[in-house]
Amino acid sequence: MERRGLDFVALNQGNAQLTGLYRSHIGDWPKFFKMDTLSKAGFVASELLLKKTGEHRLEGEEYTHSRAIVLFGSTASLCADRNYQETIQDRDNYYPSPALFVYTLPNIVTGEIAIRNHWRGETSFYVLEAPDAAQMAFHLACTFDDPETESILAGWVDSRNNDDYQVFMTLIDREDAADTEWLAGQLDLIINNLNK
Amino acid sequence: MARVIRCIADNVVSPLGTTSRSNYDSVKAGRSGLALYESMGNISTPFVLSRMDRVVIDGLCAELGIQGNYTFFEKFLLCSSVQAVRDAGIDASSDRVLFIISTTKGNVSLLGQPQEGVEQERVLLARAAREVMRFFGNPGKPIVVCNACISGVCAQIEAMRALRSGRYDYAVVIGADEQSPFIISGFLSFKAISDEPCRPFDKDRKGLNLGECAATVVLEASDDKKCGWELVCGAIRNDANHISGPSRTGEGSYLALMEVLKQCNRDKLAFVNVHGTATAYNDEMESIALYRAGLIDVPVTGLKGYYGHTMGAAGIMESILSMYAVRDNTVLATRGFAVQGTTWPVSVSNGLRECRGSEFIKLLSGFGGSNAALLYRYSE
Repeated sequence: MERRGLDFVALNQGNAQLTGLYRSHIGDWPKFFKMDTLSKAGFVASELLLKKTGEHRLEGEEYTHSRAIVLFGSTASLCADRNYQETIQDRDNYYPSPALFVYTLPNIVTGEIAIRNHWRGETSFYVLEAPDAAQMAFHLACTFDDPETESILAGWVDSRNNDDYQVFMTLIDREDAADTEWLAGQLDLIINNLNK
Repeated sequence: MARVIRCIADNVVSPLGTTSRSNYDSVKAGRSGLALYESMGNISTPFVLSRMDRVVIDGLCAELGIQGNYTFFEKFLLCSSVQAVRDAGIDASSDRVLFIISTTKGNVSLLGQPQEGVEQERVLLARAAREVMRFFGNPGKPIVVCNACISGVCAQIEAMRALRSGRYDYAVVIGADEQSPFIISGFLSFKAISDEPCRPFDKDRKGLNLGECAATVVLEASDDKKCGWELVCGAIRNDANHISGPSRTGEGSYLALMEVLKQCNRDKLAFVNVHGTATAYNDEMESIALYRAGLIDVPVTGLKGYYGHTMGAAGIMESILSMYAVRDNTVLATRGFAVQGTTWPVSVSNGLRECRGSEFIKLLSGFGGSNAALLYRYSE
């Protein structure tokens, strides 16, 4: 029997406006407005994916550590780095901001998603040269080496400047990752949607 | 049978020495790299830092045959990894060798100060990693673990998993960070940096110090159980609480500890090497996590009083020094500690202690709510 393909959400600055998507589809998480572009992109894509797959987020005192978040990217926090650098570049205009500095780490987006959904599983951010399906499939499969990890919110997220981003998010379970070639094929199909 | 992952070579380059052995001896003798700086770049607030002497790195590069247009960060990675790869006696140009780099900010200083002969694109972490792999002639695709302060433990965990999969025979895991005005000004803006040498777990602790270090472990996968240091297991867990502050209940660290304890022989556990940054929140959180995990009586040791917080290198350097300490039946002194200053009184000391045991746990936590632990075991 043919296995069903992975559900995914792919967005970029050409086809989606993050604040608009937040207002029309999410709306109950004001922390969104504090986030940098990388985190906004990752957050919105994760929310849209979870709505699409019909998964309810854990709330109140309910937490899980069986769901990991593993994201990849090539720019990492470069956009936030540039924003922060501007605040320290000039001696006469020197005003280093903790609110900007905290986003100069790419794994912050994994933390934002973990907080929103009450997931206490693994969170990882890997920097690659480009979205490479085989390389990503290999490292995602490795993540299941942790016996507690049952599924992964996986994706790619990049942002070169405040008005530019590329993101996809998908959900992978143990069975999906057991066949690494199949997983790589699925990721390849999704990657082809990144620039559409 | 599952493949066994062993550490077959290691190196630490820091202000305290350019080999693991010289670093261990310096720390055991109580030497610290921390010093007071009045200013740096546009920073005019005094801060304490452990800074690598650039002249030493250039000398080491000449000695090790590292030539080319490299940034300080790339030279730092190479100075450590070239020595470790040489000691391991492996052919690093093989496609059976995986390179994993651990860093938080890599070449970020290029943003403020471009370098002649170095493409600006090398501010991209995977591009910097590519330079290192090119030096060794390794044909693989670069991968950089960028998980804030826990990166060095995560990089070892990922290397362990990749080796277990059978795709690789060896992994070269390298961690480093350059302490440029970018990082220092950021931590100063958080009011997290102390203007005196840090005091981990002390009641008067005033914050952290930053530090520079490069460290490498070479891991090998084998199907038979040989002697030496085995990387047994590791776990990464999120607090799901706050992006820049630790959980009040130490949730992520507790969960990571509980996961590695599943494979730990408690009577063989020599000590836990903690993060111990000397910020009010971190050390308090770690004491709670250790208490909840039933580890409150196990000796605890932190190395930030010698090195400062070395970010991408921390998880690797602190694992290496722990290996040397276990073999030396020693719990290293937690420099800077004097009086208990956490809710739960962890077993910490500013003097050397004797220990028996053949296992240790390395624990880290960081921004993004991230926490990680790993377990190493020595066998004769």
